Amino acid sequence: MNVPILQMRGITKTFPGVKALQDVTLDVNRGEVHAICGENGAGKSTLMKVLSGVYAHNTFEGDILFENEPCDFASISDSEKRGIVIIHQELALSPYLSIAENIFLGNELASRGWVDWRKTNLEAAKLLARVGLSENPVTPIQHISVGKQQLVEIAKALSKEVKLLILDEPTAALNDEDSDHLLDLILHLKGQGVTSIIISHKLNEIRKVADAVTIIRDGKSIETQRVDQGQITQERIIRGMVGRDLDSLYPERKPQIGEEVLRIEDWTVQHPQDHTRTVVHNASLNVRQGEVVGLAGLMGAGRTELAMSVFGRSYGKAVSGKVFKYGKEINTSTVPDAIRHGIAYATEDRKHYGLNLIEDIKRNISMAALPKLAKRGWVDKNEEATVANSYRKSMNIKAPSVAAITGKLSGGNQQKVVLSKWMFSDPDVLILDEPTRGIDVGAKYEIYTIIAGLAAQGKAVIVISSELPELLGICDRIYTLSAGHITGEVPIAEASQETLMHYMTQEKE
Amino acid sequence: MSALRESLGFLASRLRQVGIFVALILIVLLFQALTDGILLEPQNVTNLVVQNSYILILAIGMVMVIIAGHIDLSVGSIAGFIGAVAGVMIVHWGWPWWAAIPACLLVGALVGAWQGYWIAYVGIPAFIVTLAGMLIFRGLTLITLKNQQITPFPDELRALGGGFLPDISGGTSVLEWLTVILGVGGTAALLFQSIKERRVRRRFNLENEPMAWFATKTVFIALLMLVITFLLASYRGTPIVLIVLAVLVIVYSALMNNSIFGRHTYAIGGNLHAAQLSGIKTKAVTFRLFVNMGVLAALAGLIFAARLNSAQPAGGTGFELDSIAAAFIGGAAVQGGIGTVAGAMIGGLIMGVLNNGMSILGLGTDYQQLIKGLVLLLAVGFDIFNKNRAGGGSSIAKRFKFRTTPPATESKAPSETKAPAQAPAEPATPVAAGTRDSGNA
Repeated sequence: MNVPILQMRGITKTFPGVKALQDVTLDVNRGEVHAICGENGAGKSTLMKVLSGVYAHNTFEGDILFENEPCDFASISDSEKRGIVIIHQELALSPYLSIAENIFLGNELASRGWVDWRKTNLEAAKLLARVGLSENPVTPIQHISVGKQQLVEIAKALSKEVKLLILDEPTAALNDEDSDHLLDLILHLKGQGVTSIIISHKLNEIRKVADAVTIIRDGKSIETQRVDQGQITQERIIRGMVGRDLDSLYPERKPQIGEEVLRIEDWTVQHPQDHTRTVVHNASLNVRQGEVVGLAGLMGAGRTELAMSVFGRSYGKAVSGKVFKYGKEINTSTVPDAIRHGIAYATEDRKHYGLNLIEDIKRNISMAALPKLAKRGWVDKNEEATVANSYRKSMNIKAPSVAAITGKLSGGNQQKVVLSKWMFSDPDVLILDEPTRGIDVGAKYEIYTIIAGLAAQGKAVIVISSELPELLGICDRIYTLSAGHITGEVPIAEASQETLMHYMTQEKE
Repeated sequence: MSALRESLGFLASRLRQVGIFVALILIVLLFQALTDGILLEPQNVTNLVVQNSYILILAIGMVMVIIAGHIDLSVGSIAGFIGAVAGVMIVHWGWPWWAAIPACLLVGALVGAWQGYWIAYVGIPAFIVTLAGMLIFRGLTLITLKNQQITPFPDELRALGGGFLPDISGGTSVLEWLTVILGVGGTAALLFQSIKERRVRRRFNLENEPMAWFATKTVFIALLMLVITFLLASYRGTPIVLIVLAVLVIVYSALMNNSIFGRHTYAIGGNLHAAQLSGIKTKAVTFRLFVNMGVLAALAGLIFAARLNSAQPAGGTGFELDSIAAAFIGGAAVQGGIGTVAGAMIGGLIMGVLNNGMSILGLGTDYQQLIKGLVLLLAVGFDIFNKNRAGGGSSIAKRFKFRTTPPATESKAPSETKAPAQAPAEPATPVAAGTRDSGNA
């Protein structure tokens, strides 16, 4: 029964300065559903990109054997020829083309350059029947739901005579009903002999479909657990995912916690495009003076969505709920309103949402609070330079001068510019979304020190992070989010990686 | 020697800004030679200023719109429409010029508000809205004029297009002394301002231009202004439209550099999402930019009508293309966020000198268009080329720096004890150091 279809041996992939994968081993048997688990950024997607030829065979070390033959893919089309098809989290469908056209995109059923539409639609209909989708093949993709689009992707994979189907977080964008249907389909395909690799955070899904689970942590394969050996349990998966030493150091803090600054009640947010999905359900939380509160959750749990919707409805639709500051309800329905009420949100994606990369440091620092530097609409540039220089010194921004372009700074220094910008807006509450993402270890410590300093000044700080040790190292209290629900509120004294991960993977009915 | 190296390294890092200026000078010299000196004759210099004034005024508004990441294709039609409105108000209705001018600017503002509404608040791309505006306002021009020109305008209005400042010597002198006073005064003010700016930059430890380059540039610009002053003064003095233009350039440069509005414009063009998340009211800024563009287009329309002494059905045709070209030749980025009013003026002058020079040589509009098109393509192509190279890690600028900087710093070392304040003011080394730091983020 246990015939290996795929063996990956000693896979090591290095990006400039970072070892993304280190000596990873993965064995997948023919006809099984194999789950890959790991924290955000553990290296799961990189591993799948190595396998599917997104990274050409000469850019990593290690061997891949597929059906006992070595693979040296130079591109995705090479791996597809062998029957390995990857479906990415962001679907690669063209919204204005029909279902049938999308299925055969790049692989058109044609003779002498002319598409045979009859055959295209007929074959598409057959494939749609195989994935259990009853839609007319000529319907444009944009007219069907995301769940159905996911099925079209699978139909497309089947058209390429797939032997190994890789699904990267296939249910992350789906509602419960569509998720169930998709998982059923994966089991159904398994019955037809298709092997699947599924990357997922959702432990209940894994329990439902997986025959084996491989856990990846910090770019290394930790272990593979198999159902037929009775090995898969939630506890064991969690332990595998988090079992890491607290290897970074965190600055000492003596929290002096005062009165409540911000309280959010019954916060509910819908997905901006797909109104069948509620991204945040009735979330309530609060944060007090001098307190650092963590928001933990796996990818897609709704952390950023919660924060951005509070910050001037920058995300989502049909946002409902109340925000209180010092006990009084406030209106934060636009970003200027939120800033006026002393809320600051430093984004997780500083390149796209945080900085004007073609501008210099001082103009970025002053961007959110330019009126503070101006009289009757005219900016005092001397004052601006003075302010920028003082932040450059206090935050230790490494740049030749405050006239340096932010796009040329390192990630850590860019993050310090973003933090300076929000500190200059003089907020009472700072929401920091993944403040150390993409930053090297030394700079991380500096960011932690800045966060501790903010709390010491009496600011209320909310930190969103995927790194549990980081939250445990700097927070006073941690909320956990899972699938849009707040599933736990843990004081730091009672928090451990295991308890947090337990709450983060908990499903609320 | 080290000062020279330093300056060259700096020039390489500012290749675009410096290059466009040098290009203007080369084009002027080329046509000066080709036209046997006619190009820089006092009368022709005056013509050059007056002929291009309305394009330059449009280019001011256009570069602002482009910095915010939009475009305006309708300005030519708006200029024509306002000319027609002025004709109706003054000639048909008998309004005095001092009432008609503000009324026309107000109509321009309303036109801008109309387009700004669709772009900022409805969210239709500016390309579409202003393409529609190009048709709408050309249509309204024809309707207003009933397909016939309206003429003549009163002398006061005509002075806006072709008038000169009065001769204070009463015709006794060869030179127009008022022009000389203005020119010399303006040059002095410019010198004063540049030196002040440089001091401020040093005080706040900002990157500064190397002294050699700063001195060369400032002296050169000052000389240039004095030469132009002399040329204008030896013909009929300062065209009134030049005063209007100078005031606009000064005001709008200050607005773009120092006002909240200007800074928000750059922020929107540089990164719209970041601007929104920083609490900038992006829609209001966009709306105001188009209102402003409408007012400037109205002013350009008035000046054009005043110069022709008539409101023409086809007035303003093609102005949008010239002003857009001026902004892009002047270094504005297609993606927004980058550009200056001064750059757009130089871009406009390049187009103007090309037009004028080729006309003198007797080249028809056929060749003129061909050559102007090529110049635009080359200028923006050079931009993209330079940027791509910079992104790839070996731009012309960087290669230059890499070769020149190490010896430059070494040879500077002994003098550093004498002038330690100069160390942070040197741009080449710190930038290179910065890139090294950011190597493995």
